[in-house]
Amino acid sequence: MLLCLTDGGIALFCVNPTSWQIIVFIYIYIYIYIYIYMGNVHSDKAGQFFNSGHTNNWAVLVCTSRFWFNYRHVANTLSVYRSVKRLGIPDSRIVLMLADDMACNHRNPKPATVFSHKNMELNVYGDDVEVDYRGYEVTVENFLRVLTGRLPASTPRSKRLLSDDRSNILIYLTGHGGNGFLKFQDSEEISNVELADAFEQMWQKRRYNELLFIIDTCQGASMYERFYSPNLMALASSQVGEDSLSHQPDLAIGVHLMDRYTFYLLEFLEDIHPSSTTNMNQLFKVCPKSQCVSTPGHRTDLFLRDPGRVLITDFFGSVRKVEITMETINLSSPMEPLPERINCTVHILYMCINKHIIPTAIIMYYVPRQKLLRDVFPCT
Amino acid sequence: MVGVPLWWRTTETYRAWLPVNQINELAELQVCLCYRSMAHWTRYVHPVLGYQAGCHLRILNEILARDHSGDDTLSVLHVEADLSLHTLSASPCGSVVVYVIPETSVLLPQGVDVYIGHRRTAVLRMGAPMSVGKNHKQLLAHLEPRITQVVQVMSFSHTDITAALSDRVRLSPGSKESLADSMRSFKSSPGYEITFSLLNPDPKSHRLDWDIEGAVHSYIQPLLTKLAPLANFSIDSQILYYAMLGVNPRFDSSLEAYTLNADSLAHVINPVEARLGSNAASSNPVLNFLLYVPDAHHSPLYIHDHQKQPVASNAFHSPRWGGIMVYNVNDLYGRGETPLPVNININMEKVMGVFLAQLRLMLGVQSSPAPPGFLVEPCGGAGLADWELDRLMWSRTVENVATATTTITSLAQLLDQIGNIVINDNIASQVSSTVTSLQLAVAELEAGNLGFALQYSKEAILASERAFFDPSLLHLLYFPDDQKFAIYIPLFLPMCVPILLSLIKIASEARQRRKLKQSKKD
Repeated sequence: MLLCLTDGGIALFCVNPTSWQIIVFIYIYIYIYIYIYMGNVHSDKAGQFFNSGHTNNWAVLVCTSRFWFNYRHVANTLSVYRSVKRLGIPDSRIVLMLADDMACNHRNPKPATVFSHKNMELNVYGDDVEVDYRGYEVTVENFLRVLTGRLPASTPRSKRLLSDDRSNILIYLTGHGGNGFLKFQDSEEISNVELADAFEQMWQKRRYNELLFIIDTCQGASMYERFYSPNLMALASSQVGEDSLSHQPDLAIGVHLMDRYTFYLLEFLEDIHPSSTTNMNQLFKVCPKSQCVSTPGHRTDLFLRDPGRVLITDFFGSVRKVEITMETINLSSPMEPLPERINCTVHILYMCINKHIIPTAIIMYYVPRQKLLRDVFPCT
Repeated sequence: MVGVPLWWRTTETYRAWLPVNQINELAELQVCLCYRSMAHWTRYVHPVLGYQAGCHLRILNEILARDHSGDDTLSVLHVEADLSLHTLSASPCGSVVVYVIPETSVLLPQGVDVYIGHRRTAVLRMGAPMSVGKNHKQLLAHLEPRITQVVQVMSFSHTDITAALSDRVRLSPGSKESLADSMRSFKSSPGYEITFSLLNPDPKSHRLDWDIEGAVHSYIQPLLTKLAPLANFSIDSQILYYAMLGVNPRFDSSLEAYTLNADSLAHVINPVEARLGSNAASSNPVLNFLLYVPDAHHSPLYIHDHQKQPVASNAFHSPRWGGIMVYNVNDLYGRGETPLPVNININMEKVMGVFLAQLRLMLGVQSSPAPPGFLVEPCGGAGLADWELDRLMWSRTVENVATATTTITSLAQLLDQIGNIVINDNIASQVSSTVTSLQLAVAELEAGNLGFALQYSKEAILASERAFFDPSLLHLLYFPDDQKFAIYIPLFLPMCVPILLSLIKIASEARQRRKLKQSKKD
């Protein structure tokens, strides 16, 4: 028996196989078949859009530090903003809070730009940045008001977090922090207990479906220690007792441009596109100790789904669920004509009332006395 | 002595009284939903009972006695009967009237056991023929399961109520359809905003003209007027030029047309949404309906479903967002002959038919497939049958009651746990009014008055949301215990030392005096 491997009719090679070679060939064919089959299943998986249970995405991105030497915190926040916008979340669903304006700072040698890489390769400021809370508006009180929804009635729509029970929210905080607190504007702090309580109030009012919390500060893992509401996943750039370090300074601008964790996070997110299927387990591996010097941590015990099945685009992007509209309403049929006999039915009712013992049900529908048509429609 | 109470009084926070007991009672609320249904018998079902409803029979006899030469007229007998019967009895909101007709009647077509019309009436065909000896009770017992099934389709069933409570009670989804239904429709809200947008990517070739005001007035407004007890609606419209879809359609040479397949539809919405305007004043949920006219180079454009078949409506929708319809105009003008731009009048009837269907889905009017043997009249120009409105009102009322209850109980719990929050009088009054409205709504639901129940539940929800989201309830007064000690110890410790010393001195003097007295006595 001769076994030939062909490619479109051209024999590549023909062998006279022994029994073990037959087994090898069968194995190879089975393997190829399974590979193609799994490829089909994989493309079907992208169509199983009701896996995640969310219909819209929101992002709350906060930079809490001011002053020129904290340039890197603004660059951190803007680079996450850029990725989130690129992957599809519109400005109307992003609440961006920047405590200071670096792009138009007097000390910026390149005005209207904020760079993330030392050779000025990537301008994360762009030309359509929409900052919702700026400068001194970024306070602990405003941040908690945005999260819990307790804003005064005059607040415009762009400054509100109008999420519902099917929203996945991404919350990103960066700045200077310590064990159990995060510093806002160099004058006040938010503690991890307050943050956990705010998330619990969000859960009570079902203001989120799932929430991803990322924090890039020193001792960032202390901020998610106290969470107790369900469906929360948290990532931090450093453990308690460690400092998060900045990445590299730019000698022309004169400050450190980004923090290490967010730099590698940005690099990771640049490879993601709206239809990619990368899951959260790969996000947990971003910036290992060799690159970050600090040890990034994460917390998934409050999250109901398995992180391996959660797509990055479930939080960073905005992949819509879509259904085909199968039915339409036929509006061209004429309005139903009322039957002509409407007067007669009224008479009959009256006739029947006259002739029989009246049950209560019919008394309710008594109509005024009309012309009798006894001869035409007699009652039995 | 004087200082301690003074200090206590000046550092306490003002907390108005809240009806905590009643709120705790609400936490264990059990709501009874009662509907009214009336069954009318026709004569041949039972000779004695038939006299009571002889009038109804009269109408049915009339309709049957007319000259029906052609078979096609038989098919609309039930429609006419439904209309005539409706004029007899205008049933109140939330009730169902069932007319029972004999097995052999030709009023319903062959194979159809139940007919449900536009109003709140249904015509039920009797099952096995009944003998004369049976009385009222046995008749009812025989028919009860079938009437219950009809009422479940027209009012509410267990699954509907569970779906209405799906965000409170997150059950594992029984089926993908039930999960999809609960995700698709908007949650109950006091108002909605509807925006109609016309997207014209190629103004050089097409000059589009759409009579949106007239179309909204004739087709959409009747539906919204009917839905007025549920929520307020505000409508606006806009036209966007040079707005492209985010996806490149593929050219299909077999159809000689461009196609968008179902997998790429998910990426169409995002680039367009960034450019849509919206009403910045209110925080109500927004429903967007987009009409896209493809540019001349990509015409005609068809949407294909997962089986690569063209979709009849050429439209798709996204849960809790809205819908997009593609309207092809290439057949309205020949290529290369007419001068560009071509004036095109859009057929609003066809467009509104699709948008109305999508609007019904977004608002939660579920058109789940009817059980076998049921014939349901498709809703016509009104957009909504009365019994569909009732269904919506039932589920919204239950949802409102559940949401308001959960809000108020969690608010009470929060205020209880955190002793430092100030509770103003207006919050207390909102909470009391919520509790009152909830109790009234539950009472009305038990009595079966759906209209009043919905109204009270809406009041309850408005008051509870106002109380929960009041800006003054922000908890910023978290003091860790060690910080409290750190504040008070430097103040009080130096004060306490001389006080303690003098107390010890007083106690030792008193002891000395007692010793002296005893020694004096001795």
